[in-house]
Amino acid sequence: MLSKSKIFFKGIVAVLPHMLSVIPFGIITGAIGIELGFDPILVYATSLIIFGGASQIIFMQLLSGGASSLVAITSVGVINSRHLLYGAVLSEYLEKLSFIKKLLISYFIVDQGFAESNKYIKQNKNLSNPHYYVLGTGVTLWFCWQLSTISGIILGSFIPEELGLKFAIPLTFLAIIVNDLKKLDHVFVMLVSGFASLILFNAPFKSYIILSPIVALIAAFIMLRFKK
Amino acid sequence: MTWFSIIVSGIVTYFSRMAMVALIDREMLGTKVKEVLNYVPAAVFPAIIFPGIFFNDFGSFVEITDPKIYGAIVALVVGFYSRSVIATIVSGLLSYWFIIFFLLR
Repeated sequence: MLSKSKIFFKGIVAVLPHMLSVIPFGIITGAIGIELGFDPILVYATSLIIFGGASQIIFMQLLSGGASSLVAITSVGVINSRHLLYGAVLSEYLEKLSFIKKLLISYFIVDQGFAESNKYIKQNKNLSNPHYYVLGTGVTLWFCWQLSTISGIILGSFIPEELGLKFAIPLTFLAIIVNDLKKLDHVFVMLVSGFASLILFNAPFKSYIILSPIVALIAAFIMLRFKK
Repeated sequence: MTWFSIIVSGIVTYFSRMAMVALIDREMLGTKVKEVLNYVPAAVFPAIIFPGIFFNDFGSFVEITDPKIYGAIVALVVGFYSRSVIATIVSGLLSYWFIIFFLLR
């Protein structure tokens, strides 16, 4: 039986490779905020209060471009609504927690942490304390995100743009799903989502980020009906 | 006004993280919904991957010769056989850098 701290530690280790994209992305996010003319405290506040990479950049870009608060808030809400899906999956593993603990752990639900936790917990079904794994991934991502946005705020984007590290973002998400590439049903859902995102890319409020998964999940639902 | 927007955005984002974990009872979800939830990673992440590869910074489609496409193919193959997160990311980045720094010079 794995102790709580061991499970927590395993969660930390699982998300470390993702730092290759998270840290440069954090630095860029902090630096962009300053470039757009926001007060350093405000830029950092987005990391602490919103805590969601892409949504923070778009939030600041919209406001500095003269968009209304309502537009900025709506965009953040739309982009981050994908967490509802993560929560729906994770709720199975977090079911036994007290309400207060559920409220606390929710703050740490992040893309890469969700994906790694889901992968690990599915492979280790009789884990007694799966939430320590979720927490290990989430807390690590949180710390790295805070530190990297702070360094971007203070030092500017000191990573040369020529390196094209933006490309690390699709790669980190690709690394998350390669495990499922041998399952044809999953590949089908991935292709539906991918092509939907290309078609819906210009939909308002960046809504392709939630519309494409919805289209793909409907496709999954239909596929499951035919399989039976 | 900016502070107000940050705080409301933070509340909205936190709600998206918390709602399904803390407010929804799993008994409320039927078996069909639970089955479909198995596909959440497959449904969500390609919507981040595809635009990251096939669109440039200005929101238009990249050329078929774009280094990102080939970096992604290398990462996909390496990832498929190694099943390693670090190998997938590193192979994709290295092949991308190899193309932009050596082949395109």
